[in-house]
Amino acid sequence: MEYDVIIVGAGPAGTSASLYTIRGNLKTLILYEDKSGLEKTDKIENYYGFENGVSGKELYETGIKQAQKLGGEVRKEEVIKVEKIADGFFIQTSQAKYKAKVVILATGNKKNKPQIIGIEKFEGKGVSYCAICDGFFYRNRNVVVVGSGDYAISETNDLINMAKHITILTNGEKAPEFRADNVKINTKNIKEIHGQEKVEEVEFKDGSKIKTDGLFVAQGVAGSANFAKKLGAITKQDKIVVNHHMETNIKGLYACGDCTGGLLQIAKAVHEGAIAGLQAIKYIKLMGGN
Amino acid sequence: MSVLKVTSENYEEEVLKADQTVLLDFYADWCGPCKMMSPIMDQIAEEVGNNVKVGKVNVDENQNLAMKYSVMSIPTIVIIKNGKVEKTFVGVRDKKEIIDALN
Repeated sequence: MEYDVIIVGAGPAGTSASLYTIRGNLKTLILYEDKSGLEKTDKIENYYGFENGVSGKELYETGIKQAQKLGGEVRKEEVIKVEKIADGFFIQTSQAKYKAKVVILATGNKKNKPQIIGIEKFEGKGVSYCAICDGFFYRNRNVVVVGSGDYAISETNDLINMAKHITILTNGEKAPEFRADNVKINTKNIKEIHGQEKVEEVEFKDGSKIKTDGLFVAQGVAGSANFAKKLGAITKQDKIVVNHHMETNIKGLYACGDCTGGLLQIAKAVHEGAIAGLQAIKYIKLMGGN
Repeated sequence: MSVLKVTSENYEEEVLKADQTVLLDFYADWCGPCKMMSPIMDQIAEEVGNNVKVGKVNVDENQNLAMKYSVMSIPTIVIIKNGKVEKTFVGVRDKKEIIDALN
């Protein structure tokens, strides 16, 4: 299915962006999966227009309804992949495949880096966040993929013809339904990564260990920073670097809200979403699309 | 200055024996993020002029160099002074962040 704009994330940033793109007559789809940070907020008392405050859940749900009422499509589907193609982007979710001229990343301040001792120390030295980018370095070697959901399976599939053997480490989560000749699943809780110069071994909380040449992180649902890194967007400390138009260094890719860092407030997310939406309209007009 | 193609053949002369600081971008043609890093390296090369030698290493063609610098993720950008690694960046970075690290 083809869209003008696909927005990943249905919080205040993504939804605000959609209000502009939908009204700008662009075919807009919002994809979301995880609970928004906003939805979990009990009461918001510092946002314009609510004299008695408003619950995060109410504001979140009203925002989605507003986008739908205007004619936007909103689907609860986990986005697994975002790839650059010649005339825009290819998006794969757990259920479908889409194409879009513009992608707006707005998944909030997702912290899906697992709490494993040594994970940061070994980044780029065996710890990887991108199977398709780094799988090459692990040809005929043994690797582990940390995660248990659709995103972890997608990363495993990207490694399957490259690595000699893969162990999916669910880190205490339920084992996924996945079978392949060179893939094993281990559900133990992970404690620490060991190695001299690079990753050599993973230690579990029960004291047992397994040897590995690499560890691919794919826990939970992929967030904006994951997609940005795989596309080649500039990031700094897991925040997406944008200019004042909310543009990344990749044409047609915008980011807004908490995933760009700075003030983690609804007002800022709404502001950035509005800019991203308006810029998307301009960009598509320039492309000659509408 | 333009970006120099560094290979196993010219590595010693161009990198180890270089008088100035060397900035190396390890990349591959099939790597999406690397394609985004490439124009940033071009801009850096233009901006730093002759003070820094900017080079790129194709990891497919020069696996020994990738191994030597323990490159296991691309793009990886390495700053080398007097033949020694000063700083390593993994992933696409902002032009300013790299230029600041060179100074």
